Amino acid sequence: MLCRILDAQHIYKKFLRRFTSMKKKMTTVAFKGTKEQEAALDALIAELKGEEGALMRVLQGAQGIYGYLPIEVQKHIAVALDVSLSEVYGVSTFYSQFSLNPKGEVAIGVCLGTACYVKGSGDIINKVTEILGVKAGETSPDGRYSLEATRCIGACGLAPVLTINDEVYGRLTVADIKGILEKYM
Amino acid sequence: MKTLAELAAIKEATAGDLAIRTGGAQNSEEKHVLICGGTGCTSSGSPALREAMIEEINAVGLADKVKVVQTGCFGLCALGPIVIVYPEGTFYSRIELKDVKEIVDEHLLNGHIVKRLVYKETLKEDGTVSALNSTRFYAKQNRVALRNCGVIDPENINEYIAGDGYKALGKVLTEMKPQEVIDIILESGLRGRGGGGFPTGRKWQFAAAQPAGKKYVVCNADEGDPGAFMDRSILEGDPHAVFEAMAIAGYAIGADEGYIYVRAEYPIAVHRLQVALKQARENGMLGKDIFGTGFNFDIQLRLGAGAFVCGEETALLTSIEGNRGEPRPRPPFPAVKGLFGKPTIINNVETYANIPQIILKGAKWFTSMGTEKSKGTKVFALGGKIENTGLVEIPMGTTLREVVEEIGGGIPNGKKFKAAQTGGPSGGCIPADLIDTPIDYDNLISIGSMMGSGGLIVMDEDNCMVDIAKFFLEFTVDESCGKCTPCRVGVPKLLEILEKITSGNGELEDLDRLEELANYIKSASLCGLGQTAPNPILSTLRYFKDEYIAHIVDKKCPAGVCKNLMQYTIAPENCFGCGMCVRACPVGAITQTDLAPTKGKKSPYAIDASKCIKCGACISTCKFNAIYKA
Repeated sequence: MLCRILDAQHIYKKFLRRFTSMKKKMTTVAFKGTKEQEAALDALIAELKGEEGALMRVLQGAQGIYGYLPIEVQKHIAVALDVSLSEVYGVSTFYSQFSLNPKGEVAIGVCLGTACYVKGSGDIINKVTEILGVKAGETSPDGRYSLEATRCIGACGLAPVLTINDEVYGRLTVADIKGILEKYM
Repeated sequence: MKTLAELAAIKEATAGDLAIRTGGAQNSEEKHVLICGGTGCTSSGSPALREAMIEEINAVGLADKVKVVQTGCFGLCALGPIVIVYPEGTFYSRIELKDVKEIVDEHLLNGHIVKRLVYKETLKEDGTVSALNSTRFYAKQNRVALRNCGVIDPENINEYIAGDGYKALGKVLTEMKPQEVIDIILESGLRGRGGGGFPTGRKWQFAAAQPAGKKYVVCNADEGDPGAFMDRSILEGDPHAVFEAMAIAGYAIGADEGYIYVRAEYPIAVHRLQVALKQARENGMLGKDIFGTGFNFDIQLRLGAGAFVCGEETALLTSIEGNRGEPRPRPPFPAVKGLFGKPTIINNVETYANIPQIILKGAKWFTSMGTEKSKGTKVFALGGKIENTGLVEIPMGTTLREVVEEIGGGIPNGKKFKAAQTGGPSGGCIPADLIDTPIDYDNLISIGSMMGSGGLIVMDEDNCMVDIAKFFLEFTVDESCGKCTPCRVGVPKLLEILEKITSGNGELEDLDRLEELANYIKSASLCGLGQTAPNPILSTLRYFKDEYIAHIVDKKCPAGVCKNLMQYTIAPENCFGCGMCVRACPVGAITQTDLAPTKGKKSPYAIDASKCIKCGACISTCKFNAIYKA
């Protein structure tokens, strides 16, 4: 039945696009973990190993330690917890909060929750991309800026909302964006 | 460990504090300054405000007469940050740092209300303020689940105890049998507030009927619907109510362990839960031998990691187990085989928040609110095109019109109400001609939407309903876990058809295709996410078919949202020929025409539609409103 609805050429194009956008891209930034970070991770693993449901908590802790989950760290966790790397990778790519990419020094998030969306946050995120040349989900090659389309952050009363690092900017219009970004340039 | 007598002593000692805030001590010398510490007000700067307020109060020497209290959400998020001064109940809105000194000097020191900053609706003509619950926003509300939000300091367990906190747990443990607890919940008719509306008492009954042994009580705080923040506000404003209810549930079904699965995107809620958990354990409200009755119960927190599907109960359990949060087929239901394979009840935050009061006040009190089949109240997060965005709690059966026009204060900028969206990505749109529908579980389902967890997004004439359906579909496509085919493959197909329509390539047959495929997905998907994913399409098709047809036949987007169907045009009679738009245009689509200029103007400009990328940059730079889109 589905076949009747398919339009082969159309589908192929869309498939390609969706496939490339859905997959979590691995970072091209080199891994620079320190001994202290590794010690902190090992301590965490020692504390949680053997508890039921430990993998998620270890990954959450590791992301807190490194800021993201480089493949080197995932391998380390797989060995230490005695689970397969594919299992670790399966979990780290399933949840959107786990990032395989380091965040930019200026981490920008634009809320695309419903309340923000109906108040025009789609235009806000386009404007950020236009100014910085960074698309949603990407980090600029120099590691300076990253842009993320976030799920509802719950500041619906301030819609539309943009966050930069821990600062929240609300009740925005497209015209405000340039001035806000200039503070971080 | 506390005994019931010690609990009563704490209540006695703190009750005076609470009375100042609830109208019981109007003539009190002591004043309380309540500052909202919910996520909304925190985002607009309430923590800095609180520090400045404390500093200023110390500076003028009022530290022993004025207490600054951080509370949970007051509900009127649109006016945040909010500051309320008790015992008068003066409601100050949108307070900035520079206003702090004026409030301290004028109000706290000299006793004069700062009229400039008072919420206008509470300011009477004679210069005094009226009670908050006389305002349109609060008048029709009935705060049961939210009763402590915006009243107590959530990081102080004594204030929770002062408002009869943990009294219901004490009553249950010392006076009632587990079955009696379940009977009260059954009798109250309480239904799950997370969306499905399954009777809570029946869930408990199933789990209690399982053979004794390890059982779990789980709280679903993975509130993922975009635009919904009811559960977050309860966790931030009244975390102990959830603990107390979970302990009661544990007693009723014979469990000694509970889990709260909370979104990691809610850092304030997580922090409050951690603080409250520590205090509850220190005071013996959780842990071993609670109130000396021999009953043990403890709670653990688990953080989500940003997967919408984990709001589905079986996926949530899989996630707590540390795996990819994929749903499992039911049966077996969690009440039989849930977390780690053991009998488990799983209820939503708001459901739990009702339970201690049902125990204390009785099932009759609860059934006195609401409609025949939907008892009690429901919390909604009002958002979108509405004046009073925020959190409201209304008795079931209140009409949508009352919510939008009275409580919500209507649509801003004189625009017309077009539709309200409930139930998030699983729900549907309610059009203007059904605005008088009383809100309850069954009514919403019969008109093609659903209660959902309580997000209520209002849309006006500038919102395109096809675009809204597309927005929700993009969300579910992104969030589909990929386990079952109808959802993983079918929903992206729906989205493709919508994209085809909004890009101007739609055909009328597409509407039949949408409907046919939507019904297959609904009936064949494994979990609630897939079964409800087509709802945004089905409900907009049902009520706004003319908009779909306008996109397909006339190649026009009536609301002017769908970019590919829009054209930007410069009206020559309004154009001064200043050339601002030319500089703003990123693709050089604007050139000057050789039309003769009118007096005092230069030749008008025109947009080359084949080059225009419809970014809208020209519109925002034009000072003469000469550019329009249609």
